[in-house]
Amino acid sequence: MREQSLRENLMKAVFLTSALISILTVALICLFLFANGIPAMGKIGFFRFLLGREWSPSDLPPAFGILPMMLGSLYVTAGSILIGVPIGIFTAVFLAKVCPKPLYRVLKPAVDLLAGIPSVVYGFFGLVTIVPMVRRMFGGNGSSILAASLLLGLMILPTIIGITESAIRAVPGELYDGAVALGASHERAVFRVLLPAAKSGILAAVVLGIGRAIGETMAVIMVAGNQARMPEGILKGVRTLTANIVLEMGYAAELHREALIATGVVLFVFILLINLLFSALRKEGRS
Amino acid sequence: MEKFRLSDVSLWYNDFKALKDITMDIAANEVTAFIGPSGCGKSTLLKSLNRMNDLVEGCRITGSIQLDGQDIYKDPNINGLRKRVGMVFQKPNPFPMSIYDNIAFGPRTHGVKSRLMLDDLVEKALRDAAVWEETKDRLKKSALSLSGGQQQRLCIARALAVEPQVLLMDEPTSALDPISTSKIEELVTQLKERYTIVIVTHNMQQATRISDKTAFFLLGELVEYGKTEQVFSLPRDKRCEDYITGRFG
Ligand SMILES: Nc1ncnc2c1ncn2[C@@H]1O[C@H](COP(=O)(O)OP(=O)(O)O)[C@@H](O)[C@H]1O
Ligand SMILES: [Mg+2]
Repeated sequence: MREQSLRENLMKAVFLTSALISILTVALICLFLFANGIPAMGKIGFFRFLLGREWSPSDLPPAFGILPMMLGSLYVTAGSILIGVPIGIFTAVFLAKVCPKPLYRVLKPAVDLLAGIPSVVYGFFGLVTIVPMVRRMFGGNGSSILAASLLLGLMILPTIIGITESAIRAVPGELYDGAVALGASHERAVFRVLLPAAKSGILAAVVLGIGRAIGETMAVIMVAGNQARMPEGILKGVRTLTANIVLEMGYAAELHREALIATGVVLFVFILLINLLFSALRKEGRS
Repeated sequence: MEKFRLSDVSLWYNDFKALKDITMDIAANEVTAFIGPSGCGKSTLLKSLNRMNDLVEGCRITGSIQLDGQDIYKDPNINGLRKRVGMVFQKPNPFPMSIYDNIAFGPRTHGVKSRLMLDDLVEKALRDAAVWEETKDRLKKSALSLSGGQQQRLCIARALAVEPQVLLMDEPTSALDPISTSKIEELVTQLKERYTIVIVTHNMQQATRISDKTAFFLLGELVEYGKTEQVFSLPRDKRCEDYITGRFG
């Protein structure tokens, strides 16, 4: 009896500690980021940091404007959404409503596998296929917003497909029957009734995809060119917020280092907003 | 005048025979009620009249079902059949879009594009289904904001908007309160002037109130079929009598 309750209490303590560790981690990350990043923003000047068009940390005096990188992340992410979302939605419709069962048993694990491939492998794939393809088709050296968008578009597919597919499957079958009973074809019932009914789930998928694309680092570095200057066109190279941190953190010191951490703060705020949007959409989808 | 003519209709769900050699005529501009204990095949037979059974995997049908003399299972134009034979489901199933778009969905499906024509069709359908007064000021609002009874009448309006000849209703009032139920019953009696109506119901009073003919099913068989007064006052079959008097095991 006593031994049992002792054991139960022990287990409770273990669970509690585990939970506390993850919460503590988040709290510590926030603390670290803000404690190191905010003062840097103060020193550089808040607006000069966020809206500055020049990033040249080794000049005298140095310039720490991250607008080029913010735009870089924005363009690359927008491009990936433009490419990944339509393909992802069509694939999800195919998986949920068209695909015969034997094929599904092969396709579904294949899509899931896409999610598990390490991003450096994607990056390498992009480097040897997408970059040369862009170079051949449009000239330039290939490392560009376009190449990064194409690659990220591929990388967010599993996210978009997975969430959209479950959103479509969650739509009650009665709606499909109702549409078909009015004489609508299968396609019309799917695209005009099921997809609109799954709207909030699909939006959630898009938002999560945006989060993935903004946060992606390794693969983007390998194909985007990484020039820290204002983006000049989709065939020109660009540097994202994540790339900025990784590329310079190794040798940065003092204010330069703090400015990179402040870049992390900006990224963190972006991701936070996206997650809030995501859970709001999820909630709306359930009600 | 027969609208439907069924001969030797049998239906299987994989190995399970859900309908057994059903032969019956369904008259035009009358209300025909299907009654019987649950699981006896009422919904199955109803759904074979607009080929909704085609959506069920492993479903197979033999015999013939003629609509105005044409075998509906020999005609490849299933969407055209479903335009002529509308359906209202047990649970109201409005689409999650505006009231207007719900009603306009059918006409748009069949090629109506003109805004004026759609406006007309929407108003007419809502009036015919007796929900116009409640919805005319909120056509752009979501159909999900309506009450259950209003949603069901909206679904009837949605079916009417494609101008069908037949209306199939599968226990359309089983999810509704008594007031909504009587509204829909009243509606059915009005609609039969212009439509052929087949209604599944588990409510004996409802069958006597609104139907001209009644068909009683048991375990996939058509046991008794005739004028409603006759079926309820002088059932020929003992099993039918037991069922309508509530003595059914
Ligand atoms: N999709 C289906 N697959 C297999 N069996 C079914 C299916 N639909 C109905 N059945 C079976 O067919 C019989 C008749 O069902 P149904 O027509 O729904 O009865 P009712 O509407 O009279 O209650 C029942 O035994 C039911 O279990
Ligand atoms: Mg039924």
